[in-house]
Amino acid sequence: MNQAATPNSFRSGPDEDGRFGIYGGRFVAETLMPLILDLQSEWEKAKTDPEFQAELASLGAHYIGRPSPLYFAERLTEELGGAKIYFKREELNHTGSHKINNCIGQILLAKRMGKTRIIAETGAGQHGVASATVAARFGFPCVVYMGATDVERQAPNVFRMRLLGAEVIPVTAGNGTLKDAMNEALRDWVTNVDDTYYLIGTAAGPHPYPEMVRDFQAVIGTEARQQILEAEGRLPDVVIAAVGGGSNAIGIFHPFLDDPSVKIVGVEAGGKGLDGEEHCASITAGSPGVLHGNRTYLLQDGDGQIKEGHSVSAGLDYPGIGPEHSWLADTGRAEYVPIMDHEALEAFQTLTRLEGIIPALEPSHALAEVIKRAPKMGKDEIILMNLSGRGDKDIFTVAKILGMEV
Amino acid sequence: MTARMDTRFATLKAEGRPALITYFMGGDPDFETSLAIMKALPGAGADVIELGMPFSDPMADGPAIQLAGQRALKAGQTLAKTLELAKLFRETDKDTPIVLMGYYNPIYIYGVEKFLDDALACGIDGLIVVDLPAEMDDELCIPALEKGINFIRLATPTTDDKRLPKVLKNSSGFVYYISMNGITGSALPDPSLVSGAVNRIKGHTDLPVCVGFGVKTADHAKAIGAAADGVVVGTAIVAQVAGSLSKDGAATADTVSAVATFVRGLATGVHAARLVAAE
Repeated sequence: MNQAATPNSFRSGPDEDGRFGIYGGRFVAETLMPLILDLQSEWEKAKTDPEFQAELASLGAHYIGRPSPLYFAERLTEELGGAKIYFKREELNHTGSHKINNCIGQILLAKRMGKTRIIAETGAGQHGVASATVAARFGFPCVVYMGATDVERQAPNVFRMRLLGAEVIPVTAGNGTLKDAMNEALRDWVTNVDDTYYLIGTAAGPHPYPEMVRDFQAVIGTEARQQILEAEGRLPDVVIAAVGGGSNAIGIFHPFLDDPSVKIVGVEAGGKGLDGEEHCASITAGSPGVLHGNRTYLLQDGDGQIKEGHSVSAGLDYPGIGPEHSWLADTGRAEYVPIMDHEALEAFQTLTRLEGIIPALEPSHALAEVIKRAPKMGKDEIILMNLSGRGDKDIFTVAKILGMEV
Repeated sequence: MTARMDTRFATLKAEGRPALITYFMGGDPDFETSLAIMKALPGAGADVIELGMPFSDPMADGPAIQLAGQRALKAGQTLAKTLELAKLFRETDKDTPIVLMGYYNPIYIYGVEKFLDDALACGIDGLIVVDLPAEMDDELCIPALEKGINFIRLATPTTDDKRLPKVLKNSSGFVYYISMNGITGSALPDPSLVSGAVNRIKGHTDLPVCVGFGVKTADHAKAIGAAADGVVVGTAIVAQVAGSLSKDGAATADTVSAVATFVRGLATGVHAARLVAAE
């Protein structure tokens, strides 16, 4: 582990070169360099432009449905017999997950920059659907790159994207999963530099994407912090979220980073176990490397070749993680733990039956960690979990595993 | 800097012709065959060799080079073995400059210091690392220059006059002008646009300016070579390797000769480039 000095604030990063400690940066081909510099300068202006912020807030309220509720999970809390469990209900957003928060922000930026075409990559299809949605709303043509393997296992989302008018391009290069889709999106961008905006779906990639996506998602934590203060009169003891690329997690974590009493826990996909090759636990079982524009923890072999991840949840199936998470892990501010496929599946069913909420498989990982921790905590303690997406998209996957017919 | 690169370009300048720079993927389709390909290149007319380092996620490459990398990795190629290729090549060729081309992560994992020491020991003259723009010079460019290995920078149509000085600042050996915005193996752009771009870059540097991306035939090489100090061919060479393989992807008796014959044709085009220009 690289030991980083403890900073005065955990919320001031990245530096002007896009670095969080040794992580982040701008590892891109020269063709893209002028584009990301343009994006950065436009983003700097938009951040402090009241008009931009007002439009963002208005669309948040009337199109996404913000603020999302903070919900006390009474029956789950009783069942576990320990800490009080609260959910931040991001699954109630338009399109069913937190992904829309970032898409709305970036489409406004694309419009501002005079771009006329949107490209995006997607794994589970949630970011693809959110991108296709905002492209439809703002009248942009949209191309979504999706691994051929994912196109097959996420058919309902592929249909949604096509209904919304997006062109879905199955990627067969490499192994046909999310990382290959991201490679293909980068190839498109490098070819169509003049008119195209690359709408990255997670808090990763070259600077300024990790910072920008985090800021668009930080609305989750900002609202939740205020909501829990109203509900309980105090901050939670633990904040838990699932981490793939890490955008929902950094969104809820960031506003709590300078509250030392709040423990921060990111949950990685442990897949079928960390002993073998079939997992996606970049921080727990990976090492720092450079991919897709940033330095961060990656699943790789001894020669620096990137490995394929595995998770029952397509949304966590990425061999890297946002650079800010890598930095939070090294500084010790956040803890990252793995949850196995079968634990997530059990949690998925538990929540469905106890609270009448079908969660996506991604937050089911966070939920499994909540289920482990809550009974060991006092009844006066509080856990806040980001319920980042709804599980409708996953019913076919779950049915198949449970041996049920849909 | 290693002297081989400057010597080679000075010689070509005296001869009044551009360089033919040939890219192939180290370890494609297997170590021994790619060593034989490398050894055949100078005799076929290659003036500078770009030795590709395979990477699992080649974001700036088209399908041909991506597949070549996959074949090489499947056959067990590693960065250490790619350096070994250069070392074995140097046993029989002391003069042809070798430029390693690829992506940063395998180098980062190998260890920058150790990589540079080993690269020097194996007779490497320069590096092209696609995902290290000028903003990331501290990572590898500066350490490489300190050790005496050229760091060859890519310039593209998006690199405007304001940005060019930054891009050229720590460049050495030659400047690699990417003739279009896109991935390797795309279509050839209009040669007249390319010559304008070459002249624009020459206004900012005394380094040789070589042009690549989209050059697939002797005629292309001839047209591009009229204005540039060098013509880079990659995808079309890698395609020769791919086209010569057996159904199960193994090298055949034709693999090395297919590449050599193709490169000989390109060399004819490059050698004729200035004759056209002088007409």
